[in-house]
Amino acid sequence: MTARAAEEIAAQEFAGIVETHRPQIFRFLLASLRDIDLAETLTQECFLKAHRSWKHFRGESTALTWLMRIAINLQKDHWRNRRMQFWRHTRSNAVDVDDAGEWLPSGESTVEQQLLAREQVAQVWKAVERLSGRQRTVFLLRYVEERELSEIAQATGLSEGTVKAHLSRALGRVRAELRGTR
Amino acid sequence: MSFRDKLAGEIDDPVLAQALKHFKASVDAWSEAAYSRPRAVVRTARHSWRRAAGWALGCVLAAGSLAGGVYEHYHRQELARIKTMQAAAQEALQARQEAEQSAAASAVTKDQDLLATVDSDVSREVPAAMEPLAQLMDEDGAR
Repeated sequence: MTARAAEEIAAQEFAGIVETHRPQIFRFLLASLRDIDLAETLTQECFLKAHRSWKHFRGESTALTWLMRIAINLQKDHWRNRRMQFWRHTRSNAVDVDDAGEWLPSGESTVEQQLLAREQVAQVWKAVERLSGRQRTVFLLRYVEERELSEIAQATGLSEGTVKAHLSRALGRVRAELRGTR
Repeated sequence: MSFRDKLAGEIDDPVLAQALKHFKASVDAWSEAAYSRPRAVVRTARHSWRRAAGWALGCVLAAGSLAGGVYEHYHRQELARIKTMQAAAQEALQARQEAEQSAAASAVTKDQDLLATVDSDVSREVPAAMEPLAQLMDEDGAR
């Protein structure tokens, strides 16, 4: 097999990876940042980085876990840069938690059920906003992306025990918010 | 076992489990709507920073090459000036040496002329009255 043929196969493989996982990476970044434009930009950067180092990907984890790890690092870099630019007048496009809670699929049958669901979503968003960065990442990977604990540990670089501890604290915060006790 | 079943086993609080289910559905709906919206090309701050850095680097390189060219030109002119000065000094030295040599040669000629004059003056003939005596001295010397 020539080098060119191998490159073409790798490019086709990567195109398949992008098509399959792009919506998931975008969803994770959108939930983490609550900013559509920023989530799109970081999703692009994530796949650009992944493309550059695709030949080094040895398949020790799934492609999605590897991509999640890149996305988490990009998100961290973004927050670090924002902190460094405190002197610069930056405009945040982040959606308010109440507005984010407006999105609901029309699966609930009655108006009361819809209202209750909307209220619960808003409360979860409020709790998520108060979580630390690491807790939020672990929480979203578990309850939005529905990743296994081992995958979350690989994506975040934490041990499974630490992931469990972060999840437990995050759930405690959400529970408290739902009960209105905080 | 689906994730929902696993979640039900993991979280014993039905309100919390339901809230998490609604939360996921809400994020999915929002993400799907945002993902499928028409996209505008956004120029990020990082790209503009890169462009500015590129321009700055380009300006520095252009200024550097210009300054290098000017310096090279000046350096060449200076070298040519030094070479001209050295050639002129060498020519002057050569002319001076030639003049000294010719002066030395003319001095030697003058000395020889003077010696010849002195010699002729010293070896002039004796007065006529002394001629017999001079002849006697010559004869004694020949013996």
